[in-house]
Amino acid sequence: MALKLADVIAPPADVREKDYLWTLNFGPQHPATHTTLRIVLNLDGEVIVNSIPDIGFLHSGFEKLGEHLDFNQYVTIVDRMNYISPVANEIAWHHSVETLLGIDLTPRCQYIRVIFSELMRLHDHLLCVGAAALDLGAFTAFLYAFNQREKINELNEWASGQRFHPSYTRVGGLQRDIDDVWIGKLRAFIKQFPSALADVTGLLNRNRIFLDRTRDIGILTREEAINRSVTGPVARASGLVRDLRKDEPYLAYKDFDFKVVAAKEGDCLARYLVRMEEMRESIKIISQAIENLPSGPVNASVDERMVLPNQLSVYRSIEGLIHHFELFMTNRKWKPPVEEVYAATESPNGELGFYIVSDGTGTAYRARTRPPSLVHFALFNHLAQGHTISEVAPILGSLNIIAAELDR
Amino acid sequence: MSEEFPPVLQALAEAVSAEFPGRLLSRTSFRGNLRFHVCPDKAHEILKYLKTRGGFGMLVELSAADYLQYPDAEDRYGVWYCLLDVENGRRLIVKTKANDPDPTLDSVVDLWEGANWMEREVYDMYGIVFRNHPDLRRILLPDEFVGHPLRRDYPMRGKGERHNFPVLTRAEG
Repeated sequence: MALKLADVIAPPADVREKDYLWTLNFGPQHPATHTTLRIVLNLDGEVIVNSIPDIGFLHSGFEKLGEHLDFNQYVTIVDRMNYISPVANEIAWHHSVETLLGIDLTPRCQYIRVIFSELMRLHDHLLCVGAAALDLGAFTAFLYAFNQREKINELNEWASGQRFHPSYTRVGGLQRDIDDVWIGKLRAFIKQFPSALADVTGLLNRNRIFLDRTRDIGILTREEAINRSVTGPVARASGLVRDLRKDEPYLAYKDFDFKVVAAKEGDCLARYLVRMEEMRESIKIISQAIENLPSGPVNASVDERMVLPNQLSVYRSIEGLIHHFELFMTNRKWKPPVEEVYAATESPNGELGFYIVSDGTGTAYRARTRPPSLVHFALFNHLAQGHTISEVAPILGSLNIIAAELDR
Repeated sequence: MSEEFPPVLQALAEAVSAEFPGRLLSRTSFRGNLRFHVCPDKAHEILKYLKTRGGFGMLVELSAADYLQYPDAEDRYGVWYCLLDVENGRRLIVKTKANDPDPTLDSVVDLWEGANWMEREVYDMYGIVFRNHPDLRRILLPDEFVGHPLRRDYPMRGKGERHNFPVLTRAEG
């Protein structure tokens, strides 16, 4: 019943007629894969006849850990799934937990989470565009993109104390509120970002090599996108216009004026253009959110016994101390309903959802991640067939596969 | 709990019950998640009906859980199919179940190609075999791995697999 990799990559039965086909191992340490991916390519000269992705090199049992760490502890693990947009994963995880617990966030917390979601979208798209450009020989665009990513890392650091894995969200709120210095830094960032994006655009949009290597490469039709469960910018570049921020508004997204970007072509160039345009929309959302940032508390009400109390109330009041203690004792914690829930957010890569099965304790009984990278990497063979080896790099670059999320 | 179901889905549930008598076990809802619980023997046919007649053209998510230590659970494995109606933005979760000693379900890869890797992952992690799957191999773990790590009776720290990896010496290499 069970097949093995060797069965699948074995030479075809009519090997005598097809003995001109040859096999090439692409990865797991090929520079264009950027992470540890392995693809076994079956080639006719340079043309890909078939490709068999072999994944699992970074499998670290995150979902098993999710069954042993409580709702706040597991946030440090989801951080490390798509480490290119860490806070987006945290927001998705806590969105599911808060749906399960039935917590309403405060307006200020919703706005800050929206700002972080969009900063992470910039973070992720800059990496995707920059790395795709790097693989196609446009080194300068990559440097401009990474220069901006560094600034977002600084914003992470100022808000949470960590640059790369901020673990910034908590059940019902945030690790801590943002301050005026951070707001000043964010305003400065928004101000200079469009010109940096214009630089990248200027380097790529009329770059003959970049265009020739992405246009009409790896075409995904709308029907195939639906059939293959594709979401996010990859789906929108194929004309499947779905964006959870508009379709199923969560957080405070219905307060903002922004457009859903889509294209019809479904090739690598369309996916690149959709990502670039989405960054412009993200900047619009961030500037609206920061100028209309509500005042008030950042955490949901302490009376609900869901949110960690702040340091002052733990040290100065007996209620705060008891409450803090209750949420940390291994036999207390949260008391969610014995139910299960699937809730999803629009992460930079697509629909990132968590299916939580709860047995009534403060730890998920099952914490399933719906990883966009896994779904998108399953597309690879479909997109790459009939193209040449050199087109593997643009196809991989346009799908933005993050192996840590792919393998979890 | 079924009052939360919109009329369209109520009608669809009645149609499914009429088409497959006794196979739609129950309907539940929780915080906007609408669920059909269906019998595993007709799960594939019901999903096909939902796809072709109910308009649920997209399978967003497929995975499973092991209910071994779950309070009041009757069946060992639960498998969920999160469906999406792309045109109308409706969602529906179809839940079915599988049991030891040989947990088996019909594969839905013939309905949605996107199920291919997700079913492979469920097979890898839980050992649930999907009949008629075109390429049922382990996906994340190596071929020679024994056991299914997301089952509840599998210890979190593993069974010592890492210590038993074959070590190549320089002379052999």
